[in-house]
Amino acid sequence: MNKTPEQINKDLLRPIYHATWRFYATAAVLAALVAAALFAWVYQMYYGLGISGLNRPVFWAFYITNFVFWIGISHAGTLISAILRVCNAGWRRPVTRCAEAITVFSLSIAGLFPLIHLGRPWLFFWLIPYPSERGIWPQFRSPLLWDFFAINTYLIGSVTFLLLPSFPDFALIRDRASGWRRKVYGIISLGWRGTPKQWHRLEMAMRIMAVAIIPVAVSVHTIVSWDFAMAPVPGWHSTIFGPYFVAGAIFSGIAALIVAMALLRKLLHLEEYLRPIHFDNLGKLLLVMSLLWFYFVFAERLTTWYGNFPGEMSVFWSTQIGRFSPLFWTMVFCNFLIPAPILAIKSLRNKIGWTVAASIPIIIGMWLERFLIIVPSLSYKYLPYNFGTYWPSWVEIIITIGTFAAMGLLYLIFSRIFPIISIWELKLGMPKKEEAPELAPAEAAAGQPQAG
Amino acid sequence: MGHRWGMVIDEDRCTGCEACVAACHAENNIATVGDDEASRGRALHWIRVERYYEGDFPDIRVKYRPVLCQQCSDAPCEPVCPTYASYQNDEGLNAQVYNRCIGTRYCANACPYMVRFFNFYNPVWDKPLDLQFNPDVSLRSVGIMEKCTFCIQRIKAAEIKAKAEKRPLKDGEFNPACVQSCPAGALIFGDLNDPDSRVSRLSKSSRGTTFLEELGTHPKVVYLKRDTWHDEQNA
Repeated sequence: MNKTPEQINKDLLRPIYHATWRFYATAAVLAALVAAALFAWVYQMYYGLGISGLNRPVFWAFYITNFVFWIGISHAGTLISAILRVCNAGWRRPVTRCAEAITVFSLSIAGLFPLIHLGRPWLFFWLIPYPSERGIWPQFRSPLLWDFFAINTYLIGSVTFLLLPSFPDFALIRDRASGWRRKVYGIISLGWRGTPKQWHRLEMAMRIMAVAIIPVAVSVHTIVSWDFAMAPVPGWHSTIFGPYFVAGAIFSGIAALIVAMALLRKLLHLEEYLRPIHFDNLGKLLLVMSLLWFYFVFAERLTTWYGNFPGEMSVFWSTQIGRFSPLFWTMVFCNFLIPAPILAIKSLRNKIGWTVAASIPIIIGMWLERFLIIVPSLSYKYLPYNFGTYWPSWVEIIITIGTFAAMGLLYLIFSRIFPIISIWELKLGMPKKEEAPELAPAEAAAGQPQAG
Repeated sequence: MGHRWGMVIDEDRCTGCEACVAACHAENNIATVGDDEASRGRALHWIRVERYYEGDFPDIRVKYRPVLCQQCSDAPCEPVCPTYASYQNDEGLNAQVYNRCIGTRYCANACPYMVRFFNFYNPVWDKPLDLQFNPDVSLRSVGIMEKCTFCIQRIKAAEIKAKAEKRPLKDGEFNPACVQSCPAGALIFGDLNDPDSRVSRLSKSSRGTTFLEELGTHPKVVYLKRDTWHDEQNA
C-alpha cells in the first residue's frame, strides 16, 4: 500500500464527516426493527412469558439461544485482536478495531437476553451482591451468578480494550476539526497530546490489556457453558462443554468478523485497506476452527452413543434421526461440509466473495448449534411422560430479528464516530518512513513501530 | 432431633383416580390455566399421576405412578437458583420462596422429575373455584416458579399446635392434602427421623425404590414397586 499519511487520514476519516442518504435510510430501517423488538419486550413484560412459545418442559429456548450465540460472536473481537497483538502479527492493524467493536456490541446485546428471559425482569438486581437490611445475598453456587460477573468483567475489559487505542485517533480528529466536533472529540480524547510519556503509557496499557483479556475471554464462554453443564440434564451434563463452547465461540466470532469486514469494505470504500490478504489469513483461522468444531461435535456424539444411557439416548436420537434431525444436519452442512472445502482451497480462500460465502453459513450453523444444545435436551428430559416440544412465537422471532438489527445499527453509528480502522496503528505499520506521518514526533519518541 | 418429612407411595395400591390431584389444587390454590394453555404444556399440577402402558393390546397393563416433588436431599434445583428462592429448609423440604423468585426457570430445567411449574400468566381459576381459596396459602403471581411443599402450611400448623400443647407430634396426626384424600391409602406421609413411624418402616421395604436413583438426588419419596403376585394372578 503506497499511501501518504494524508491520504490515509482522508480515506479513513471520510465516513465521519460525510454520510449519504443510504446511511440514513439503512439506519432508519434498522431503528424501526429495534423499536419493534422493544415493543415486543414491553408487551411480554406486561402480559407475562405466556406470550412466548416457552412451555413445560422447554423452559429455555430462543432467548437463551440468542444469549449464547451473541456471547459467541463477541469472541470475534477482543480475543482475536488480543492474540494477534500479543503475537505482534503485522497484518492485524486494519482488522483490530472493527473486531473489538463487534465484541462490545454483541456482548451488550447478549447481556440483555438473560433480562429478557426473566419471569420478573424488573427484579434482576437481586443478582447483584449488595448489602441489604434483610441480609440476603445471592447464591454464589449458581452458574447464573458466575455468568453475571463474567459478562460484566468481559464487558468492562473489552470496552477499555476498544477505547484505549482510540484516543490518538480521537485527538487526530480533534486537531483537524472545528466547531462542535472539535469540542466533542476534545472531550473524548481525554487530553491526548501525543507526548512521549503518553505514548509510553498507552503502549504499556495495551500490552497489559492484551494479555489480561485473553483468560477473561476464555473464562466467559466457559462459564456460559457451565450454565448447562452444571445441571443434570441429558446432553448438558458434559465435561467437554467448556472448551467446546470456547471453540464454537471463536469459530462464529471469526465468521462474523469476516462478514462485517466485507460489508465495511464495500460500504465505506476501504478496498485498499482491507485487502484479500486479511480475508485469506482470517480464512485460515476459520478453517482451523471449523475442523476443531467438527472434532468436538464428533467426540461429544461418539461418547454419548457409546455410553448408551437411556436418558441421554432419547436426546441423542432426537437430534440424529428424530424431530430435530433436520436442524442438526443443516448445522453440520453449514459449519463443516460447506465452509471447510471452500476454506481449504487456496484459490477460493483468497477471494473475498468465497470467504464470505463460507462465513455466512457458519453464523447460521452456530446459531442452530446453540438451539440444538438447549431445546432437544429439555424436550426429551428423562421421563417420557413429560416429553414436549417447542415452537417460537412471534414475540421471540421479532426480538431475535431486532437484536440483529441492533447489532447493525450500533455498528453503523460506531462507524460514524470512530475511524473504523485504527489510523495511528496503520501508520506505524507502514513499511517506509521517508515522509514523516502526522504524529511523527510522538511516534518517533514511542520507539520502534510495535506499539500495542 | 428435628423432623425429616418423607413419603411412601405404594404403586400396588394406586388406582389412578387422581383424587390427590384435585385435593392438591384445592388445598394449595393452584391455578386452573384453561384448555388452551394446558394444551401448550402450561398446566400446573404439583402432583400428577403418570400412566405407563406395558405390553401389546389386548394384553395391556397400565401402571400408575403419582409424581410430586421428591424433596431430594441433594436437590439439583437448589444450587442453581441465583437468588436463594429455592433452598432446603431445616426439615429437609425443598422450599420455594415465591417473593424471592425472579423467574430464571433454571430450577425447572435442573429438576429431573419435572415437578416445578412456572406461572406463564397471572393465575386464573375456573369459576367458582375462585371463591374457595385456602387462606393459609399465598397466591403466586406471573413470572415465578411454584412447586409441591408437602403442604408446609399443615406441617407448620401441626407443629405450632403440638408445641402449644407441650407434646411431641404424633405419627399420622396430620397429612398433606394428597395423602388425606387418597381413598386407596397409597400415599403415606410422616417423619423419616422417627424410626417407628409408618413411613420409616415402609420406606425400608424390599419393594422400595427411589425415582431416577442413578442421578444421586437422594429423594425423600420412596416408591413401593408392584409386587409379582399381580403377574402370578394374571397368568
